[in-house]
Amino acid sequence: MTIPGILPFVIGEQSDSIQLNLRRYFGTRAFAQADPSTPFFMEVIFMDHMDHEDRFGELAKFRIPDMSGFRPPPGSARMILTVVVALVVAALLWGSFYQIEPEEVGLVLRFGRHVRTTEPGLRLKIPLVEGVVKVPVQRQLKQELGFRTVQAGIRSQFSEPGQYKDESIMLTGDLNVAVVEWIVQYRVSDPYRFLFKVRGLEDTFRSLNEAVMRGVVGDRTVTEVLTVGRQEIETTAQQRLQELCDQYETGITVAQVVLQDVNPPDAVKPSWDEVNQAQQQRDRLINEARAEYNKVIPRSSGEAQQTILSAEGYALDRVNRSQGDASRFKALEEAYRLAPEVTRQRIYLETMQRVLPRVGGKVFLDQNAKGLLPLLPLNALGGAIAATPAAKTSGGSN
Amino acid sequence: MKNPKLLIISVAITVGIAVLLSSVYVVNETQQVVITQFGEPVGQPITTPGLHFKVPFTQDANYFDKRFLEWDGSPNQIPTKDKRFIWVDSYARWRISDPLLFFQRLRDERGAQSRLDDILDGETRNAIARNDLVEVVRTSNRDPATIPVESEETNAALEKIQLGRQALTRQILATTAPRVKEFGIELMDFQFKRINYVDQVQNDVFQRMIAERKRVAERYRSEGAGEAARISGERERDLQRIQSEAYRTAQETRGKADAQATRIYAEANNRDAAFYAFTKSMETYESAVDAKTILILTTNGDLLKYLERPR
Repeated sequence: MTIPGILPFVIGEQSDSIQLNLRRYFGTRAFAQADPSTPFFMEVIFMDHMDHEDRFGELAKFRIPDMSGFRPPPGSARMILTVVVALVVAALLWGSFYQIEPEEVGLVLRFGRHVRTTEPGLRLKIPLVEGVVKVPVQRQLKQELGFRTVQAGIRSQFSEPGQYKDESIMLTGDLNVAVVEWIVQYRVSDPYRFLFKVRGLEDTFRSLNEAVMRGVVGDRTVTEVLTVGRQEIETTAQQRLQELCDQYETGITVAQVVLQDVNPPDAVKPSWDEVNQAQQQRDRLINEARAEYNKVIPRSSGEAQQTILSAEGYALDRVNRSQGDASRFKALEEAYRLAPEVTRQRIYLETMQRVLPRVGGKVFLDQNAKGLLPLLPLNALGGAIAATPAAKTSGGSN
Repeated sequence: MKNPKLLIISVAITVGIAVLLSSVYVVNETQQVVITQFGEPVGQPITTPGLHFKVPFTQDANYFDKRFLEWDGSPNQIPTKDKRFIWVDSYARWRISDPLLFFQRLRDERGAQSRLDDILDGETRNAIARNDLVEVVRTSNRDPATIPVESEETNAALEKIQLGRQALTRQILATTAPRVKEFGIELMDFQFKRINYVDQVQNDVFQRMIAERKRVAERYRSEGAGEAARISGERERDLQRIQSEAYRTAQETRGKADAQATRIYAEANNRDAAFYAFTKSMETYESAVDAKTILILTTNGDLLKYLERPR
């Protein structure tokens, strides 16, 4: 059974998915006769490399009722023809419009040849002759190397560690081993190249990533890779990756390379931890010594100040007193010089007047009395002989 | 069919459509075509995409890919010149630059892949076996960033390279590209994708890494102890210094003050030494006597002489 006007649509080529979906579109019987070896010139719709949307879902919505069980009543041939023509016209109209989403551009292919690139919006094309491939040029795409996100979310789930070890394990410049996981974010900057220049682009890009990252890591020591070199590795890898992407005409712009977990191999990990521990230990020892230093030194500085200040106090005291004494003596001496004899006499007598009442025992001896001293009852007079120790102590306590 | 006219027309239409279909073919952006007539290539390959025509039925369109195609080598265990066994996984990109030649020599991509396997695998083996491992791993003689302690320990392990990874892959590319050219293949690029130690070697490397780490750890520890000892010594020194400096300053200050006081006293007392002795004695008497003092005075002195005689 051949439906006039539809035949040009239904010639299948290599793609099984095209056949399958056209079968859905035209009904099984209608398609059964199409010879798969015949070349085709119908609407070719490519699958998006990175994002396998079912582009044929839209076609499937427009479904021509299955006519296999349809028996035309006699004399209604004209009516059948009208219905068929109407359907064909509707199909042609349907095939003339297409929509480009905001993040995409559309590449229009006329008999497989790229003729123009269209921006987002509702666009027109020649039905049957032209086809459209949509490429999400604005979307940030991502590849993960050395791990996979199993389920993205607030707490994303990642693949089991070690599952993609082949991708992540690599040799460093000092011939050690590091396990490096990273992601690369990229955009399609040239949709034409992206679609038509490289086969298996996703795998190619993945291989490029692996080769570049190994090249960069291979030029660094394992310590550098694991500690201070991350930022530099990212930028260098991004540059080289971009160079290769341009060389391969992938049409990809690499937005950034971001290192994720970078680890020593599992077997070596404990010894890396030991180094960390040793580092902590070193810092702790140093800090403790500093603490001890800080405990002692500022305090002793203060004490030193105290010693110095007190010496200064002593000095002030000493000088002031000496000056005071000197001034007093000078004043006295000046007055004394006016009448030395009398003044000396006066001072002597006045002193005696003050001193004598305080003296505990007084013995007045006539200047002619001799040898009287041994007879005196010195103890009875309440005093102590200066020579005895008892006298010293009691004198001191006074 | 009752009407013979209608039959003829339908047959004519069917035949016409069949002829039309057989005489046109579509070339995609990604494709190139060699036209053959009874198996013999006719004319130049078609590389421009779009709708093309051929003689129906007798001519066939043979499609080839125009894009960069992948070649992914299977991982190979290869010893390097310094006798280390490594896995080498490489890949290359190529394209069919001369579809006619390609069609004649290799027929299809499967043939091409197996030729590429032969040539590239062999050349990889040669290149790896001719060079030390570092040549395959490192790209340049770049100096690694200096990390205190760590660098001193590890820099010794960094050997200089003569060629490096990139130069090696370029060498392989340069020797293989002319050999595949005669198949109508252009080799675009060749890279080592993965290089890893084989398992036994890897264990040895891990052991070495562990030993190296232990060395670094010991170094950190001893560095910590040394630094702590130094700080503690510094503490003792500073303590002694501060205390002795303070003592010195204090003594100097006291000495100066004493000297000054002495000068002041001397200067004042020198005006009349005798009078000074007198006044000082008087002061001393006043402070020296107390209730327990026994004073024995004779009437010979100035004070008591009047006790004996009023004149």
